[in-house]
Amino acid sequence: MAQNNPLLARTQGLYRRRKLVDRLMTAAMIGAALAAVIPLFLILFYLLKEGLPGLSLDLITQEPNRPGREGGGVHNALIGSLIMVSMALAIGVPVAIGCGIFLSEFGQNRLGGYVRFVIEVMAGIPSITVGLFVYGLVVVNQGHFSAIAGSLALAIILVPIIARITEEMMLLVPRSVREASYALGAPRWRTVLRIVFPTALPGVLTGIMLALSRICGEAAPLLFTALGNQFYTTDITAPMDSLPRRIYLYATGPYDYWHEQAWAMSLILVTVILVISLSVRALFGSRVTVRQ
Amino acid sequence: MAIGTAGRRAKERPSLNNRLKPGDWLFNALTGAGAAVVILVIIGVFYELAHEAWPSITANGASFVWSTDWNPSQNVYGVGAFIIGTMITSIFALIFATIIAVLVSLFLVEIAPSYIARPVSYLVELLAAIPSVVYGLWGIFVMGVFIRDHFGPVVVDYFSWVPFFDGTPLITGLFSACLILTIMILPTVMAVSRDVIAAVPRSQREGVLALGATRWEMIRMTVLPYARSGVLGASILGLARAVGETLAVTLVIGNSVKVPDNIFAPAYTMASVIANQFPEATDLHRSALIEVALILLLITFVINVIARLLVWKVTGGQRVVVQE
Repeated sequence: MAQNNPLLARTQGLYRRRKLVDRLMTAAMIGAALAAVIPLFLILFYLLKEGLPGLSLDLITQEPNRPGREGGGVHNALIGSLIMVSMALAIGVPVAIGCGIFLSEFGQNRLGGYVRFVIEVMAGIPSITVGLFVYGLVVVNQGHFSAIAGSLALAIILVPIIARITEEMMLLVPRSVREASYALGAPRWRTVLRIVFPTALPGVLTGIMLALSRICGEAAPLLFTALGNQFYTTDITAPMDSLPRRIYLYATGPYDYWHEQAWAMSLILVTVILVISLSVRALFGSRVTVRQ
Repeated sequence: MAIGTAGRRAKERPSLNNRLKPGDWLFNALTGAGAAVVILVIIGVFYELAHEAWPSITANGASFVWSTDWNPSQNVYGVGAFIIGTMITSIFALIFATIIAVLVSLFLVEIAPSYIARPVSYLVELLAAIPSVVYGLWGIFVMGVFIRDHFGPVVVDYFSWVPFFDGTPLITGLFSACLILTIMILPTVMAVSRDVIAAVPRSQREGVLALGATRWEMIRMTVLPYARSGVLGASILGLARAVGETLAVTLVIGNSVKVPDNIFAPAYTMASVIANQFPEATDLHRSALIEVALILLLITFVINVIARLLVWKVTGGQRVVVQE
């Protein structure tokens, strides 16, 4: 029939073409979804393949050998990362939570708008620039690199992340809860500290953990602040090593055993970050996700 | 707001609430101090960088911004080549990440059932959790080797007649940096564009489907126009991230101060030249690198502001928390 009726044939041809375009685009979407997932699996696969052979007790208990002499570990970098990340949390979390509470409680005006804008700007600053800022502020004035400068740089990176989540979580607390507290005669600060903040706490903790997983992997702000250290130290006024910085150092180095150790360190680092991220996901649902 | 009126009412009856005031005052001061610290830090960053860069600003003048001549041994500095390197890598990443991200978002929103959409979108978002330096390590030893041995030679064989494609593929180079940045900003762009696409009203879709459109026609005629400026905002957020990305790029871009003449040539971005040269730099060289950082800061600042405005516009002026 189609051969006899030219109009029908054209319509059918058009329909077939539309159908084909639809199929092609559907295939493109599915293909893109596959392509987007592949890099993650490739990275995880090579982390396991190259990293597992390098894992050993020596790696986490020994200090690095003189360059070129095989063996040794990265004990100093592990401890250094631990110290600097904890100090960064100690410095950054109070400021960030204060800022978040300020925004949720007193931020529904022009001033709050400015502070919010500043936080967005702060979140967008490249981490290497943060490192240079702390370099100019602390290292130049102090005359030497130090772990405390490194922690300060990390703290600047985590403040906007935690402040935003704190504000968001505080605003999610139902107004009726606050009003119940006011009705009982509680002043505002008690209402906020005893009622609203505890209610928002799980969300805030999520934010802290996400910020933690973010700064664990940051090396750029540490390059010019904590510098790095061949030896184990707990002196926070001295240069200190960190895991990401040592990965950077070893990745660019000439020795094969350095590369092996870099893979092993990366495996440790990514495992820690993924465990934090997955447990946040499991505990608090999908509302908040890690974005570097 | 209820809280605001509660506060005002308290003021109207001071006798009842007088004893509460010191606590409230202290509380305001403490939280306000948190906000003040944040503002001071931002001002401090701009001031400190401008201050440290001042010797270079006065010595190199305005031509610093466009001169492509960077020669520390003769104290000649120009950031032009690094701006070019940054632009090529970020814009490449922006274009490809946006195309893939939009297709993935469409797949997640329009095609996939939720038991597939959820894990897929979570897996893509996990890409954002991997540290920059690990991307760099993988970029050198896995992706770079693949580009040198397999991908690069094929491209050169077939496309060397295309301008800028006739290079020698190495482990590190401009193309490696482009590719690693595409992967790195993909989760940022995808997360935002997925939310924007999901926000397209259902009635729009149903209206076009009822007229007999295929799924793709429905997407092209309603979803994409509706989501366009939000997707643009999402991709610009990704751009901001690509411009500021440091270590992964430093590891894979090959580090050369020359303006790259093909896509496999080594180059520098603004962030990577700082990371690579700052430790050995002294005096004017150091100051010039800080000026590079200042320019980088201004660029990311402008990009971020544009992106936020676009995303805000789409969400109807309501504030959404866009995490990166």
